[in-house]
Amino acid sequence: MSTSTPETLEPRQSRESRQLDPGFERSDRIFHKASTLIGLSTLVLTGAIGVFLGEQSIPTLSHYGLAFFTGTRWQPEIDKIGIASVLVGTAEVAFVAVCVAFPLAIMFALFISDFAPRRIKSSLISAIDLMAAVPSIIYGLWGFFLLQPKAMDLSRWLSQHFGWFFLFHVDTDPNAAVWQQSRYTSSVFIVGLAVSMMAIPLACAVMRSVFDLTPLGEREAAMALGATRWGVVRTVVLPFAKGGIIGGTMLALGRALGETAAVLVIISPAYGINFHFLEAGGQTVSALIAGNFGNATKAQLSALLTAGFVLFLITLAVNYGAAIVIRRSRSGAATEI
Amino acid sequence: MTSTMVEGTPVTAAASLEAVDVAAWFGSSLVIDNVNLRMQPATVTALIGPSGCGKSTFLRVLNRMHEAVPGAQMAGEVLLNGEDIYAPGHRVTSVRQRIGIVFQKPNPFPAMSIADNVTAGLVLTGTRISRHDRETLVEESLTRAGLWNEVKDRLETSGSALSGGQQQRLCIARALANKPDVLLMDEPCSALDPMSTRWIEDTIRELGKTMTIVIVTHNLAQAVRVSQWSAFFLADPGEPGGIVEQGSTDQLFSAPQDPRTADYVSGGFG
Repeated sequence: MSTSTPETLEPRQSRESRQLDPGFERSDRIFHKASTLIGLSTLVLTGAIGVFLGEQSIPTLSHYGLAFFTGTRWQPEIDKIGIASVLVGTAEVAFVAVCVAFPLAIMFALFISDFAPRRIKSSLISAIDLMAAVPSIIYGLWGFFLLQPKAMDLSRWLSQHFGWFFLFHVDTDPNAAVWQQSRYTSSVFIVGLAVSMMAIPLACAVMRSVFDLTPLGEREAAMALGATRWGVVRTVVLPFAKGGIIGGTMLALGRALGETAAVLVIISPAYGINFHFLEAGGQTVSALIAGNFGNATKAQLSALLTAGFVLFLITLAVNYGAAIVIRRSRSGAATEI
Repeated sequence: MTSTMVEGTPVTAAASLEAVDVAAWFGSSLVIDNVNLRMQPATVTALIGPSGCGKSTFLRVLNRMHEAVPGAQMAGEVLLNGEDIYAPGHRVTSVRQRIGIVFQKPNPFPAMSIADNVTAGLVLTGTRISRHDRETLVEESLTRAGLWNEVKDRLETSGSALSGGQQQRLCIARALANKPDVLLMDEPCSALDPMSTRWIEDTIRELGKTMTIVIVTHNLAQAVRVSQWSAFFLADPGEPGGIVEQGSTDQLFSAPQDPRTADYVSGGFG
């Protein structure tokens, strides 16, 4: 410091940074260009879908205005259209699905990363991944034919014991000697259970990969202090993976919001805001579109696409949020020593 | 050794640790065999030898951290005050509590404050402690690890904000807070600068007056500086590692009996 001459203390106005040539090889340049192009094309595709949906929404939005968001009925024949009730229905299905998927996914993921014997670990991973590969229509049929008869009993039990709380209320006498089964079928609850089967593998995969990234040094530190396996999970793995847990759950939420086929199979369409999720009937945005676009007029199609546009924006926001949370959790800032 | 006082803490008689005919495997490969070593109470025992001769594996066998590696197995006995820590009925968690270990790379819990790091062992083992006792334990453990004066004003800040050497002393304090009978150290200074190394060595020498300490080191000068007993490990290519020679550190370094030891301690290889 003490040896610096007056010249070096002058502001360096005359200095310009040099142009650095990274000197890519030809093959590098080709790969760089190709991957940039492909990377950009996914953005362009998503953007194009958004623009298409937005464009299609203009006639509907200008015709119905704000009433499109506040109206609860979907009766194009008398010109009454609103998505308030289907948005609520979509949120209810997603909520049920996430409530079921979250605990199961986190326990599957913890079992695989920390408790399962090593020799069955890879088979468990493939089994969970396979769950994601089953077509959603299959989950729909499974939900309708196998799950529903069983879940109905659970619905009735819940309404018997917790019916005093409005969410669990069903508009029939749950204690009747001959109970009205049809009041409990095709409900948001049963749809949510089926959809959770599709959300679990997604959430589980994200959580498991983050659990596996837990630094070995910290795991060993906890073990060396006399921690049980659960102690290691509680003090090291879960705090480390917080971001992955939140992010995985949000991805599962995004999946649940957009699920169509399973909902269409199980639910019996009903409009009107109804928070009794054990009760028969409901509707979601994607099932509304899938169920009605076939015999829709041009104006009705525009209305359906507007509903799709709203769902698109919601799902985009949820997934984007999830991506941010997951990226933060993997930065490793909290673990670097 | 009996009921001496260190920084206001009554220390009961130091424990002895003895390895009898220890062998260890990773999967099917035998990495150490026929290791017999008696680690004297209130003594620092240094394990020296070139890389890959099984010193760290042996150290991890001593507190059952070896079996945390998938596929790891062992044979033989490890006696803590005459009792086999591998005997049925000895829980692995309580063995690790009684025989603490400090790893090569400092590994404080990054999400915890300095004070919480020190008492992490209590939380992990479900030991309840009053607030006052906790404060006393934090101060006492950090003092014994030689870190108290540097961190006493910022106990609630994150442990990961400390320098590498301070983090390692925090890890020593964390191990000491568990009140272990024996402290194992796996090359505790190899990731640290010379000043931090000196600090830690001072700490080891001080602790070694009342505690049984086993330290793995690549640094021969360090072994001379901190230990009273040394064991020289060596593995021939393709063969499991084992102890070639052991003795008091003075004797092992000044008058080694085995030509391979003489070669190693004089800087001939390794």
